[in-house]
Amino acid sequence: MTSSALALVNVLAAEGGDGSGFESPTIEEFYPESLVSFSVFGIDFEFTRITFILIIATALILALLVAAMRRPGIVPGKMQWLAESGYSVVRDGIARDVIGPKGLPFAPFLGSLFFFILANNAMSIVPFLQISPMSRFAFPLVLAVFVWILYNYVGIREQGAGRYFKDAAVPPGVPAAALILVTPIELLQVFIIRPFTLAVRLFANMFAGHMLLVVFSLGAVYLIQVGNFSAVFAPLSLLMAIVMTFFELLVIVLQAYVFTVLTATYLNGSVEPAH
Amino acid sequence: MNILAAEEHNPLIPPVGEIIVGIIAFAILYFVLAKFVFPQMEKTFVARREAIEGGIERAEAMQAEAKAALEQYRAQLAEARTEAAQIRDAARAEGQQIIEELRAQAQEESARIVARGEEQLAASRQQVVTELRGQIGTLAVDLAGRVVGESLADDARRSGTVDRFLDDLDGMTAASSSSDGRGGSSVYVPQDAR
Repeated sequence: MTSSALALVNVLAAEGGDGSGFESPTIEEFYPESLVSFSVFGIDFEFTRITFILIIATALILALLVAAMRRPGIVPGKMQWLAESGYSVVRDGIARDVIGPKGLPFAPFLGSLFFFILANNAMSIVPFLQISPMSRFAFPLVLAVFVWILYNYVGIREQGAGRYFKDAAVPPGVPAAALILVTPIELLQVFIIRPFTLAVRLFANMFAGHMLLVVFSLGAVYLIQVGNFSAVFAPLSLLMAIVMTFFELLVIVLQAYVFTVLTATYLNGSVEPAH
Repeated sequence: MNILAAEEHNPLIPPVGEIIVGIIAFAILYFVLAKFVFPQMEKTFVARREAIEGGIERAEAMQAEAKAALEQYRAQLAEARTEAAQIRDAARAEGQQIIEELRAQAQEESARIVARGEEQLAASRQQVVTELRGQIGTLAVDLAGRVVGESLADDARRSGTVDRFLDDLDGMTAASSSSDGRGGSSVYVPQDAR
């Protein structure tokens, strides 16, 4: 049973008359029961439904892309066109335009990021799955750490370690007196805040999006069976749940895009020495 | 671990197992996409661009070819026109020449015909004169015999007289034909001077 279903049971149980009222969904939404769990080298692996959704989403997008490009034609079919359009947005719109001429080698990484996040985000509005693996902090964090490693590596490779760390600590064109403030902020920003915000932005959006959907859905159910005049607000709650689903669709695409664009921006800073 | 226990979960503290799952999932995706799918797309982009550019190039080549053919056609046309004009001029000149020749021939012919006519005229006149000479002698003798009423027995004298008369006549005729220049006239015109 999913945790949302448990929450639903709680909502329905509230009718029982002990006066507890609407049981709002809690953080337990994101901690469903473990379906498969084992331990390797002292590390606990717990495969919850969210883990399986991650695997399904990843396998699905991979299968779709491979199928779309298995027999590519000069004149693309619908699938191929869709896959190529997605990659073109990343390759031309992000890798080439944000990073510049040196950006094209990063297009595969950025494209992978984009498709991975998009597919996993999309799970938040797929019926019966309805939760994005990206609302588990571990997954955005993994991506952010990959990005962090990449842009630091590229910065050191392109500019040399000394130049890269010096520019990060002492941005050119800043008055010496201001360095007392600027240096710690810059170092903190480049090496800690960037990956952290990158991960948290994606995580929080999907987390909050899911919470909103659950609140309005459960609210509608609760209001229908509450048994007093509040029932008139039930359609409103239902409508909001539907509206928020469409809003979630926007967030799904936007967050995948934003994550990729910000990654490209950081890579641009590493490829081009600071001015 | 009992997930449903009442313990407080901190959503910002990720379980290590999940991190590893995430790493594996993304690594597999990245590997397959970067190794197979995206290169395939890049290849397709290149092929498509080449197909489009190739099409444009082909079209340009065809246009150039058509232009060259048109130029050639025009040149040939101009050449043909010049040639035609030359042929026309030559034909005209030839025609002129033929006309000239024909005219010359015709003139020659007419001159010859005229000359022959004159010759024939002169010959027939001579013949007439010769005939007349014989007849006139006989007629004159007959006439004279009848007028005189006697037969002139001496043929020798008679013929001598006639011949002398006729010679006189001839001399008069030659003088008159040379003086009036026309010749061919068989009419006898006596001259005052004789």
